Amino acid sequence: MDTSRSPLEPSSFSRKLAATIIIVYMVVTLIPISWIVATSFKSVDSAISYPPEVFFEPSLEGYVNLFTNRSRQPQEYLDSLPPPENWYQELVRSREMVITGPSKFVGRYSNSLIIGFGATFLSVFLGALAAYAFSRFKVPLKDDLMFFILSTRMFPPIAVAVPIFIMYRKLGLGDTHLGMIILYTVVNLSLAVWLLKGFMDEIPKEYEEAAMIDGYSRLQAFFKVVLPQAMTGIAATAIFCMIFSWNEYAFAVLLTQFNAQTAPPFIPTIIGEGGLDWPAIGAGTTLFLIPVMIFTVVLRKHLLRGITFGAVRK
Amino acid sequence: MAEIEIKNLHKSFGDFIAVKNSNLIIENKEFFVLLGPSGCGKTTTLRMIAGLELPTSGNIYLDKDDVGYLRASQRDIAFVFQLFALYPHLNVKNNLAFPLKMQKFSKKDIDSRVLEAAKLLRIDHILKSKVSSLAGGDRQRVALGRALVRRPKAFLMDEPLGTLDAEFRELMCLELRKLHDDIGATTVYVTHDQQEAMSMADRIAVMNEGEILQADTPQIIYNKPKTKFVANFIGSPGMNFIPINEKISPNQSSVSISETDVIIPPQREGSSSDQNFLGVRPENLKLVSENGIKGNIFGVEYLGSRKILTIETSLGNIKIRVDSDTNVKVNEQVQFNTLNDNQIIFDGSTDKAISSEFMV
Repeated sequence: MDTSRSPLEPSSFSRKLAATIIIVYMVVTLIPISWIVATSFKSVDSAISYPPEVFFEPSLEGYVNLFTNRSRQPQEYLDSLPPPENWYQELVRSREMVITGPSKFVGRYSNSLIIGFGATFLSVFLGALAAYAFSRFKVPLKDDLMFFILSTRMFPPIAVAVPIFIMYRKLGLGDTHLGMIILYTVVNLSLAVWLLKGFMDEIPKEYEEAAMIDGYSRLQAFFKVVLPQAMTGIAATAIFCMIFSWNEYAFAVLLTQFNAQTAPPFIPTIIGEGGLDWPAIGAGTTLFLIPVMIFTVVLRKHLLRGITFGAVRK
Repeated sequence: MAEIEIKNLHKSFGDFIAVKNSNLIIENKEFFVLLGPSGCGKTTTLRMIAGLELPTSGNIYLDKDDVGYLRASQRDIAFVFQLFALYPHLNVKNNLAFPLKMQKFSKKDIDSRVLEAAKLLRIDHILKSKVSSLAGGDRQRVALGRALVRRPKAFLMDEPLGTLDAEFRELMCLELRKLHDDIGATTVYVTHDQQEAMSMADRIAVMNEGEILQADTPQIIYNKPKTKFVANFIGSPGMNFIPINEKISPNQSSVSISETDVIIPPQREGSSSDQNFLGVRPENLKLVSENGIKGNIFGVEYLGSRKILTIETSLGNIKIRVDSDTNVKVNEQVQFNTLNDNQIIFDGSTDKAISSEFMV
């Protein structure tokens, strides 16, 4: 019998089993993503070919189409034009088209950034204040209020779509950045309060007391001492809020159209000639994945610590 | 530096009375210890002095100024917490500088004050370290340093040695006391450990159930406890209480206990009860060959320089301190009597000491 290994350690068989399960899961989840990324580098013809092409000649057509509006022109007109100035003009010309201007993608994408990060910041900020108050002060009906906050999560947010649509129209918040930020903040806030309260409870109150004795006001102590120590919780909460506001589709379709439309409702509507422009949609989706991926990777250490936080007392 | 006065201080949390109408004067430059079992109100008293709790009623004077209802930040007092409360996101230097940054000192002043405090506590070599990497004793020093840099009127310490291991605690006891003498600050120190209290304090206040039972020097607290609780709480082992089945009258100078005459210091007052207790420290009892209270040896604890004998008698178990070369065996029949007349009679109905020639 092998006694070199602690009986508490997993056996090599269970390690291999765990690794196998993780690899299978990874493959299953990565296939759609890799297919989307692959599609973004296909040409329009190769994207819709049957049987699907796994190996293909890469092309940036999807990305060019994503960022531009084009129109088809007769060959005589194209010949009369001066030679193309750069690679993407050349690519478009080879499809017998000319670029007529930039597409709406950059605008939609920046709307997503503004609304996504705005709502995340606001949810975490307000959530932290509320969580701190619930954690430290004697709030009348504390348990009922906490339950009330949680209860806003007990139905899918879209269930209240119609009242919100009417309210937003009356208030003039429809199709505005502010309206979307407020809406996503409201949806995220219950999660933020609950998550952050757990973290605030774990921070000994002596830290603020020490700061207050040293001459700081409670608010200063909150910003200088409590918030830095709640960073783990804030990061974990921010990731959840960010993922929701970034991915949200239903409200965005319903409430935004021109001014504040975010990327999710925009990307699937990119139309090419005679149907959906799949490479452009793939390109849009790929670019759409990047910010949330970076955000999660940057904060992943906090996320891991955040999920296991409080399991074992230090 | 400051004198702290507590007048009729009272604190209740709902129905629970944490501190009962307490009065205390802590003198300038005094090392004052609040001692008592957990839940006795000592920490609550300290937190009220600090401004972390507001009194239900009563006043706290700091150098004659009534500060009882001021915010903590307005009192110019430093507090050392049991868990140190060092900010884990700051390094040692920034932890020390934290109280100064609020007071709008120049960067140069902050640096020089931090360095001065660090040198005093011998932590100047770890100023750049993260607090999470420090050992218990160094954390303790950083916590003290953070209290020191501001040069406050008084230091309040809430069981600051409670989390250290035994060996280190003794060392820090000495260091703390020396530090106190060096900077000449008024220190109020809370602990439940009577040895810590005895070894450091100028004066000790023993508290129980929200009441201050006695505030005196360690010698008086040990030798002349005013109540049975204090007598039992202080000393290791605590005082013996031998029941006396007679009423004590003024000028009485001996009592009869299990048909043995025991000398007591002449009493100045009588007892109200006829069930009283003779309080006697283990070191004030001796083994005798005749005319003693009889009992059997129940246990022998060898403590190096001395032995503690537990003697089973019809009056209950009595502890005696004897020289370590005393040769007795378990179950052996022995007799014991008092060594001197440093005894205290506690009134059975009030548990309070009756005044006598010894217990003035």
